[in-house]
Amino acid sequence: MRRYFLRKIVVYTVTFIVAVTVDWAIPHLMPGNPVLTLMGRIQIQDPQTAQNMYHHYMRAFNLDLPLWKQYWYFWVSLFHGDLGTSIVQFPAPVSSIIVHAVPYTLGLLIPATLLSWYAGNKVGALAARRKVLDNSALPVSYALTATPYMWLAIILVFVFAVTLGWFPVGFAYDPTAMRGFTWSFVSNLAYHWFLPFLSLFLVAFGGWAIGMRNMIIYELESDYAHYLEALGAPQKLVRKYAFRNAVLPQVTGLALALGAILAGALATEIVFSYPGLGYQIYRAITNEDYFVIQGIFLFIIIGILVANFIVDVVYLVIDPRTRVGMEGGRT
Amino acid sequence: MSLVVDDLRAYYRTLAGDVRAVDGLSFTLADGEIMGLAGESGCGKSTLAKALIRLDTRMRYIGGHVVLDGVELPIWDDALMNERRFRDVSIVPQYAMSAMTPTRKIGRMIRELLESRGVDGHALEPELLRRLELVGLDPGVLSLYPIELSGGMKQRVVMVISTLLDPSLLIADEITSALDVSTQKAVAETLVEFRDRGFVKSVIVITHDLSILAQIADSILVMYAGKLVEKASTAEIVEEPLHPYSRLLISSLPEVGVRYDEHRLAGIPGRPPQLLDPPSGCRFRDRCPLATERCAKDPPFVRAGDDGRFVACWEAAC
Amino acid sequence: MTTAPVAGPADSAPSSVPETASQLTTTQETLYFALRNRKLVIGSAIVIALLAFAIVGPFIARHGPLDYTGHLSWAPTTKSGHWFGTTLLGQDVFAQFATGLRLAFLVGVVGGGIAATIAMLIGFTAGYRGGALDEFLNMITNIVLVIPTFALLLVIAAYLQVRSVMVEAILIGITSWPWAARAVRAQTFSLVSRDFVDMARLSGRSQMQIIFTEIAPNMSSYLFMMFILLFGGAVLIAATLDFIGLGPSGTISLGMMMQLSVQNAALQLHLWWWFLPPGIAIATLVGSLYVMNVGLDEVFNPKLREM
Repeated sequence: MRRYFLRKIVVYTVTFIVAVTVDWAIPHLMPGNPVLTLMGRIQIQDPQTAQNMYHHYMRAFNLDLPLWKQYWYFWVSLFHGDLGTSIVQFPAPVSSIIVHAVPYTLGLLIPATLLSWYAGNKVGALAARRKVLDNSALPVSYALTATPYMWLAIILVFVFAVTLGWFPVGFAYDPTAMRGFTWSFVSNLAYHWFLPFLSLFLVAFGGWAIGMRNMIIYELESDYAHYLEALGAPQKLVRKYAFRNAVLPQVTGLALALGAILAGALATEIVFSYPGLGYQIYRAITNEDYFVIQGIFLFIIIGILVANFIVDVVYLVIDPRTRVGMEGGRT
Repeated sequence: MSLVVDDLRAYYRTLAGDVRAVDGLSFTLADGEIMGLAGESGCGKSTLAKALIRLDTRMRYIGGHVVLDGVELPIWDDALMNERRFRDVSIVPQYAMSAMTPTRKIGRMIRELLESRGVDGHALEPELLRRLELVGLDPGVLSLYPIELSGGMKQRVVMVISTLLDPSLLIADEITSALDVSTQKAVAETLVEFRDRGFVKSVIVITHDLSILAQIADSILVMYAGKLVEKASTAEIVEEPLHPYSRLLISSLPEVGVRYDEHRLAGIPGRPPQLLDPPSGCRFRDRCPLATERCAKDPPFVRAGDDGRFVACWEAAC
Repeated sequence: MTTAPVAGPADSAPSSVPETASQLTTTQETLYFALRNRKLVIGSAIVIALLAFAIVGPFIARHGPLDYTGHLSWAPTTKSGHWFGTTLLGQDVFAQFATGLRLAFLVGVVGGGIAATIAMLIGFTAGYRGGALDEFLNMITNIVLVIPTFALLLVIAAYLQVRSVMVEAILIGITSWPWAARAVRAQTFSLVSRDFVDMARLSGRSQMQIIFTEIAPNMSSYLFMMFILLFGGAVLIAATLDFIGLGPSGTISLGMMMQLSVQNAALQLHLWWWFLPPGIAIATLVGSLYVMNVGLDEVFNPKLREM
């Protein structure tokens, strides 16, 4: 068990270092100078002032230091929680932009991921044993999982918000609403939250349902299933064990799928103008606000690493094979 | 008679036709008899085992009767057969190493299995513990996961589980194939002990390893290409095999103490026939040194020898 | 008595037993099942149809995808060849759609192909060699696996001033291989321990030779299915990247169509012909690929075939 964790921690640490390095390195590898871009936007007429501004910014962004020092300062600021300053929303620090956006993204991501995983597993398991359900649920699941996240969002908005008017078209809450912990505000939030959540949920659901269905079918063909059947055990018992075993790779799959669902969440936010990280990224890209992009990337990395670690711990608990000193089960 | 099998036929359905894996098998098994079932790979012995307890979806019951303790086994009907499984007919499978679900402690699995069959697990617990001790396993094994046991231990646990309800017929399917020689001996001896103590009435031991059968079996049934070739007591088969195939089998085994510097180990040249469209008449005739025209035309009939022996050969009976 | 297998050396002399009728060769049998499998047939048919559209479409379009025709927000009509209507800015949706579809296939093939190649290289090597090399490659795989592909592509692409489809495809290819590498490695492991590999080793073949002549062919069906999944994945990732605004410059893709439509309030303006087709195309293409995959699995894995 210790080896299991040790391995994971080493991988995560190395990944973190690599990711931070990549994050720092990319702007330096790219053609163009962000300060010049910034200058271009400000459009200072007087050449002397322009020069001063240039040097000011170079110093402010540490671009006048030797490379290795920049790298070092990057790490230092990271540990101080300083992810730089937004160029466009100047002087807002990137970290505060992130902090304000994260609750919205998590508010979509976490319920959608967990609920779709749960529902998908249940339906997938059911489909594995009932032919009727299999013939209907399976094609639907394939259609859902093949659908790009943002397109389902577009469809939902078009049908339910624009055409039918049952839900709002976008934003996290009504701009005219009074903010606070009132019932009306919370329900307003929920009302705006529902469609983006549904969009994420449906696409992710498809993937889980298919995966679980296949796993159950595979488990039902296993030796232990045959043995139980040879001893006359009812299908209910066999299915119970098959489900228990099939869930394991689904938990691992959760960690693997996080990246994809995250991407989907970001894209969905854009469709709904939902003020989460996705929306901020979109703004940052459109406005070439590099520091915001970099900062959000780092934040995402940390988030994903933490989530992966949590999943690893959960897996350790549920798979006896990892606890007994075998390497990682079906990592 | 404990077990009577009469003209049992079970085929596999394939795209190209039916593979006649078990094609008209008849034999009897007495109470307390350990019968070895020997033959090469593909001769149908595993199919026979499956047919007696659980046809899988690819197998098709074609005909024949199986009567256990005077009551017919409804092997063509899965639901009806289910009542008899574990209680009357039980199996120690080939895959004992992976026969237990990896995510349940063994004790819990046994309890849940018994409950699902309507058996009071609690009442049976002392007996279970006794039997575990008998095979040399610590009762603490019940609170372990299968992954924590060695291969031999798992084999023994599975043997205990399979015989827990004292079935009349136990089928042991290649239970020693995956083990080392000393564990093989232990497992084989356990089987005999179970029979001696009355945990099981009769046993069919399926293996390709004749030496194990020589140790523990009372009688041996030799199969070839889906058909019965010879059935006799172990001593008779080993010392005086009548059927040409049995003779070649026994003689192809190396003997202890004999060095093969000058002689080569003789096998049986040729290959068993395809069971998709088996040849008419005796299926061994293409490899048989004694084959005549008679063997090609009429299917040979099973002739009883003087002492309950069965041979399926024109030439052998005298 | 010592243990000895009962069967003689049955594989020594050629059998004197005559071959019975209706013995299909493996390839024939596979083909038979392949053509019979509904999922495979329908899936491939759709993919091929889309491919044909992608190839022919831009040629039969009456306008270029980026041309401003001055016909604003037209619903689909036969006038001026705007069979799919026009955008808010007056661009022909059909032309954009056909071009975008082309790019989707390009990204799928290049991105999926690169990912498959890397996966095979790493997977085969790790599976075959084992040991320290395997540990090392495993670590690399795990690292690339954990880094969210999308976020990484985001950062890289954001800094590129000029973006091309090829670069996008290559980037996707070099980041989406880890799961496939793991799968190849696992399969290689199981094959390496088989006897025919030992035979090849004994006969003096080099490692590369063994990998390519013994192991890979046995996995060919698996590899092909893997490629299909990577293809589909690449198309989806590219579409999302494009949607966020990191699409190729100087041309239009399906993801970009969706982005522009949302940006220009096509939803509120009910310009359904603008945002529906690109999504339908992607969903259909990727969905058919997945269905093909299931069909292929049934064909290659006899256990799954319904008799």
